[in-house]
Amino acid sequence: HLATSLPLPSERDHLRPRIDLIVFIIDIKSKYSLKNVEASLAYVDASFFLGKVCFLVTGVGRVNACSIEANAVCKLGEAYCSPVLFCELELEGIRVATAQRLLRMLQICAGHIPGVSALSFVSLMRNSDDD
Amino acid sequence: ENADPQKTAFLLRKAWTLYSVTPLYRFRRGRLRDYARLLSAFIAAEKQKGLAVEVGVELDIKVALSSLADLRGSERDQAALLVQLSSRSRAPSRNSEDKLLWSGWFCSVYGDDLSKDVPEDFTCLPLFLTHGPESYTSIVGSWFQKSFDCCFRRLAISPLNLSWMVAMWAGCKLDRATSAVELVFSVPRLSQPLDISYAIHPEDAKALWDTVQKTPGEITQEEVDVFMDCLYAHFHRHFKIHLSAAKLVKVSTAVASAHCDGIVKILHSQYLSGVLRLLTELAISQIQ
Repeated sequence: HLATSLPLPSERDHLRPRIDLIVFIIDIKSKYSLKNVEASLAYVDASFFLGKVCFLVTGVGRVNACSIEANAVCKLGEAYCSPVLFCELELEGIRVATAQRLLRMLQICAGHIPGVSALSFVSLMRNSDDD
Repeated sequence: ENADPQKTAFLLRKAWTLYSVTPLYRFRRGRLRDYARLLSAFIAAEKQKGLAVEVGVELDIKVALSSLADLRGSERDQAALLVQLSSRSRAPSRNSEDKLLWSGWFCSVYGDDLSKDVPEDFTCLPLFLTHGPESYTSIVGSWFQKSFDCCFRRLAISPLNLSWMVAMWAGCKLDRATSAVELVFSVPRLSQPLDISYAIHPEDAKALWDTVQKTPGEITQEEVDVFMDCLYAHFHRHFKIHLSAAKLVKVSTAVASAHCDGIVKILHSQYLSGVLRLLTELAISQIQ
């Protein structure tokens, strides 16, 4: 399900299936997309931040078109204990690889992989901080 | 540090195309006349090969290389190197003035980040600025590449860096605010290209920057973000358009203007050093 911002319209609440993973897409060429994501984060229930949220930064192939500092996004990821993935959607190989990664994360968040839960993402994040 | 304004007057009010250059190997300041001769011969040879620059016009190209000792940041920087191509017309005439066809100059203003790690035989002049036909730029570039084993790359300027520039330059104190602070945005993903030009009175822009900047002489990314957000919010209030979703392609102030394709114009000698310092930094980060 794709949405341009949160909150999702309440009219369809009863029809909506359970949400297992929220991917916030930030276009590195658009400051507006970062602001939009920051505003939307306020509408996410705290329980999602236990591994069910991730940030996807697109457009990183074009260093010369950056409107956002990569550092700012990494800080956002740290603040919300959620992983930040960088990708370039215009390159098919990376697009496919990123889609596969997200799908894998979704499988884990939905409980389809025995022995691994969304909480694993959180503990992985904390370990890299302690390094 | 303050270069003689007369010597640097040629830099002002010209559109310079920017390149980053890797360090030059075995470049000797004392051999400038030899280099000028070699470059002149190279250009003549290229013309023989049929890479005619101007069709139908017989041009005798004179090459001049000179050092600009004042054009640097600190003593650790190399003095700037100026290359000028002029034409001496074959037609005999009483005032046979040489016409300047093309100029380019290498410089380093506070380029310590690059020069400190570089071995002795290398000369660091990471910023290259050109003015004149692209064909001459590529001939001169080829000669330098062959002679000193260096590498030239066009220096593009990202919207992030452009916003840093406009914040910095809009905040400069000038005796007379002569021109508006202008930002040009390009709107992506439309069938017809659309450019939005946002002009602000220079005094308003400076007043805004003064409320944002906490420590004079120091600028942080947060302050630049706040400055830009104020401009975006103001525009949105009036036109309901989110400029933050568009691409900032050009900024223009009374101090200097810069375009994302890597073209700058320096308008005010007072801040020449500051502008070159910023551009040197960009060139170095492209090299590293």
